[in-house]
Amino acid sequence: MNAIEQSGRAYQELIKGIWKENPIFVSVLGMCPTLAVTNSAINGLAMGLATTFVLIGSSLLVSLMRKWIPKQVRITTYIVIIATFVSTVDLTLEAFFPKIHKELGAFIALIVVNCVILGRQEAFASKNPPWLSFLDALGMSVGFIIALLMLGGIREILGNGSFFDISLFGSHFEPWVIMILPPGGFLLLGFLLLFFNWLRAVRLDRAKLEAEKVKVQHG
Amino acid sequence: MNNQPVHTEIPIVSSAEPSSLRLIMTLGIAGFFSGLILVSAYVFTLPLIERNKEEALQAAIYRVLPGCSRYDAMILKNGELVKQDKNAAGQSVSRIFLGYSDSGSVIGFAIPASEPGFADVIRLLYGFEGTGKVIVGFEVLDSKETPGLGDRIFKDKHFVSNFTALAVEPELEAVKTGAKVKPNQVETITGATISSKAVIRALQKSLKEWRSAIDAYVQKNQLTYNQRP
Repeated sequence: MNAIEQSGRAYQELIKGIWKENPIFVSVLGMCPTLAVTNSAINGLAMGLATTFVLIGSSLLVSLMRKWIPKQVRITTYIVIIATFVSTVDLTLEAFFPKIHKELGAFIALIVVNCVILGRQEAFASKNPPWLSFLDALGMSVGFIIALLMLGGIREILGNGSFFDISLFGSHFEPWVIMILPPGGFLLLGFLLLFFNWLRAVRLDRAKLEAEKVKVQHG
Repeated sequence: MNNQPVHTEIPIVSSAEPSSLRLIMTLGIAGFFSGLILVSAYVFTLPLIERNKEEALQAAIYRVLPGCSRYDAMILKNGELVKQDKNAAGQSVSRIFLGYSDSGSVIGFAIPASEPGFADVIRLLYGFEGTGKVIVGFEVLDSKETPGLGDRIFKDKHFVSNFTALAVEPELEAVKTGAKVKPNQVETITGATISSKAVIRALQKSLKEWRSAIDAYVQKNQLTYNQRP
């Protein structure tokens, strides 16, 4: 593989998590934190950032140790690594940033069961060198943050009439309480999935049409 | 003739299978290092976390007792409230805090309370004005209530404002939002009923525990309270 091909591949690994293989809108992974915490924009963002840290850390570690972990016990080992990361983050935040910890307290433990993280270890970090795993983890994290922010933002606007705690509509707005309750999460996620799948289908159709046009012109 | 390659394949497959010992070793080593990291992180952060909690408690005392500038920690000894010995300070005994204003007049008591909420125990601190029989301030110290719902017990300004002048007699009462007519009623949060009721229960339980001792102390020392505007 020459240098240009290599940097092209690296770019692909970085960018795929944002749209083509977005962990939430395409893979539909990690639904537990996605639905549980995205009832406001700031919660979504905070969860996204905490997940980013754990994902990048464990991807690097798993990738470095990939040759020594026998495949029969790989999942267990990954979970041990991820859980260690999460607990350490939890304690560190509580010791050095008590304010942030008070905000995030309930989310942090949830990160262990986020299958986006375990999924990346299994599908990527266990088979690729550390620098590619790092880019992959970074791209996936950005995709994850975008998705959580979108869900959290829309749910907060509709369910609370505010965005990042800034009131938008004044006192006349009657908030749709259902949007910040769990059913609202399911509803919105359903609509977003519908929208993104429709968008993808439209793009695919257009690409097909273009291809046919080209064929006709040349044929 | 064709059999030969098949025979050679079998040993390769079985040699690729690691022994049970190897698997146990891998997990053992992973667990060992994980444990080591966790224990060191815990030991390293524990004093900092304790200090943070103590600082948060001190800051909260000043907030739940408006106008407070100095306080004494008090403990129960033989059913009576006494000042806690500074040298014996520790978190093992339950304490309440008597707050004074600049001029030295008594403002009230800051009392910790706790009660299981929707998720884990809610720990809170409230300011209590002994003779006026009202709660004058309230703050959640620690909770793991659901973000966006249960955590409104400290993020929802309307709910927190329940506790700026809440009469504790005849007793605390939970009502729906907008239904408050009496000074002893608390408006619960729609969508976070369990958490709001847990807060009320915590206050009721803690009041029951401390009221008699506080009343006795106030009477014995003939404390006069700062008149609140």
